[in-house]
Amino acid sequence: MAPIGTLHYLVTAASLFVLGVIGVLTRRNVVIVLMSIELILNAVNLNLVAFSRIWGLHGQVFAIFVITDAAAEAAVGLGILIAFFRNRETVNVDEVDLLKW
Amino acid sequence: MQPVATTFFFYFLSGLTLASGVLVITRKNPVHSALALIFGLLAQAGLYLMLYAPFVAGVQIILYAGGIMVLFLFVIMLVNLERSQKEEQFNKQWLVGIVAAAALGVLFVLVYMKGADLFPVRMTLPTESNNTQEIGVMLYGQYMFAFEIASLLLLVAIIGAVVMAKKRI
Amino acid sequence: MLDYVTSYLSSNTTPGQAGNVLWVLIYILVVFGAVSVAVMAMNWLERKALAHFQIRLGPMRVGPHGLLQPIADAIKLLTKEDIVPAEADKFVFWIAPLIILCASFTVYIVVPFGPTHAITDLNIGILFMLGVSSLSVLGVVMAGWASNSHYPLIGALRSSAQMVSYEVAMGMTVVSAVLMTSLNKTGTGTLSMIGIVQAQQSQQIWFLFKFFPLGLIAFAIFAIAMVAETNRAPFDLPEAESELTAGFHTEYSGLRWSLFMLGEYAAMIAVSSIAVTLWLGGWLRPFPNTLTGGAWDLVFSLVPGLLFIALAVIAFVGVVRMPKHPYFRIQTIGLAGFGAVLGLIGLILFAPPVRDRIQDIFWFTAKVAGFMYLYIWYRATFPRYRFDQLMKVGWKVLLPIAIGVLILTAVLGVLL
Repeated sequence: MAPIGTLHYLVTAASLFVLGVIGVLTRRNVVIVLMSIELILNAVNLNLVAFSRIWGLHGQVFAIFVITDAAAEAAVGLGILIAFFRNRETVNVDEVDLLKW
Repeated sequence: MQPVATTFFFYFLSGLTLASGVLVITRKNPVHSALALIFGLLAQAGLYLMLYAPFVAGVQIILYAGGIMVLFLFVIMLVNLERSQKEEQFNKQWLVGIVAAAALGVLFVLVYMKGADLFPVRMTLPTESNNTQEIGVMLYGQYMFAFEIASLLLLVAIIGAVVMAKKRI
Repeated sequence: MLDYVTSYLSSNTTPGQAGNVLWVLIYILVVFGAVSVAVMAMNWLERKALAHFQIRLGPMRVGPHGLLQPIADAIKLLTKEDIVPAEADKFVFWIAPLIILCASFTVYIVVPFGPTHAITDLNIGILFMLGVSSLSVLGVVMAGWASNSHYPLIGALRSSAQMVSYEVAMGMTVVSAVLMTSLNKTGTGTLSMIGIVQAQQSQQIWFLFKFFPLGLIAFAIFAIAMVAETNRAPFDLPEAESELTAGFHTEYSGLRWSLFMLGEYAAMIAVSSIAVTLWLGGWLRPFPNTLTGGAWDLVFSLVPGLLFIALAVIAFVGVVRMPKHPYFRIQTIGLAGFGAVLGLIGLILFAPPVRDRIQDIFWFTAKVAGFMYLYIWYRATFPRYRFDQLMKVGWKVLLPIAIGVLILTAVLGVLL
């Protein structure tokens, strides 16, 4: 086995990213779409931290900011979900079509 | 600190992360997805520890696994309908979605193959005894502006979430 | 091979830092066993102490003075029928107590029993402890949801809201204690548990007394928040029997319920050890810097042995006061044997090689045991908080005071 280098971490992050994208594009439940977005953010974080090992601590600082933003975004996204659920009684993404012609 | 069994731990932790990712996008029950995501986040914290980033690993455990996932579980419990689990789980364009994601994956592979000589294979072992201190110096020195904006962003998110979840504004 | 075993003994670091997997496993087994025994002893102590607070006797029949009661309870719980509610989600129902148990026990890998007596010494020690102990909220939420019943769901929501609220105040006070570690000569603070105690040793003051009364207020806030964090009285509305029929673990029976209790007591011991490490000087004996010298060291090193001899004397007094009836013969013999074992341990602790090595572990354990007694005392004394009062105290009282203490500590630390 080759010694674990940066490429291993990047490949893991890329696969996680692709899985998150599949989740966002194919699932109908809004909560699971939001969780797939968290997967995407985690893949980005892994990438940042893997590169910060070589090129200095800036990657880790940026990863901390990404985690903070993910928390804010999850809170607002779930607030929107609750508000929508109160009106429409469904968590299906296809039902969010009030602005469709 | 001596690294022990790096290869085994890397494959174990990254396998756990990817398996949890697959479980998140395929489970019918959102609580099972949330549980899988929690395990994936904890495995990712382990990967950060292997990359000599202990502070980011600690922040990941506290904020992501201990904060954001609790929020997700609360909301799942509030909006969980039995009806939503008997419906179709994947939407009509699932094939197009998978093809698009696969194309993205191919793009990643090409990028890594072309740029493989940018990253050194053997990484040097940094000292980790003052990782937190150095991150603190950077955060409050070079990135002070971004830090203040992040706190403002969190304030806006708190107010927005409280207003949106109220019954009558 | 033998090299691997003995090479650790000659190094003066924790086994995790030395990278020695065998000794790490040995330490993990020892800590796990010690915590399990401590949980059983805590169970006995709680029932006896609560009973004596309420002027009654508590369990007296099972062993001499109820000493075998925890074992009887364990056997009863293990042999009970395992009931899973009908529509419950089986996987989540099964995994919820395991999450709480794993979260409560993983904390022990950074608890410092001495300068080298920890399983490892992460340089983010206190951050790790706070983060992993916040994972038990997830177990509580899942236990309530998976039971598919009203009382557990409400209990779980209340319990998790309470735990999350008091975690914020806990985090603020912990930061103010960590700020105090940076006031030593080198000017760098540390998050590692062993480093925090060594900072107290080098600054020659327990952080409880530093910047008086700021350290005391921070400690008081942490002491209140840690009781709320572990869902113990007076903050135990989520598991109150009269209000919610045992809250989120209503539907759990037998072994699963005992896992919840094990996790709860282990979490109590874990947050107490955080409090002891951060404010009460960890493994340092009382007055480590004012009463120095060989004579005082000798006096303080005799304390463990004297304590066990005193307990043995109490046991023998109990033997003398046992009723002189043939039915009580076996209890008398049992209590005398227990007293003899305690006396033997006391005599072993007088021997010089043991005496020197046991100091750190003894003082740490004694302080944590003091906290355990405080937990039982609170349960016997205070009435329960109503849930809105609980949340009000957490957000409107403790958090502003904690932030104020943090700001004042930072200002005083820079000025002085």
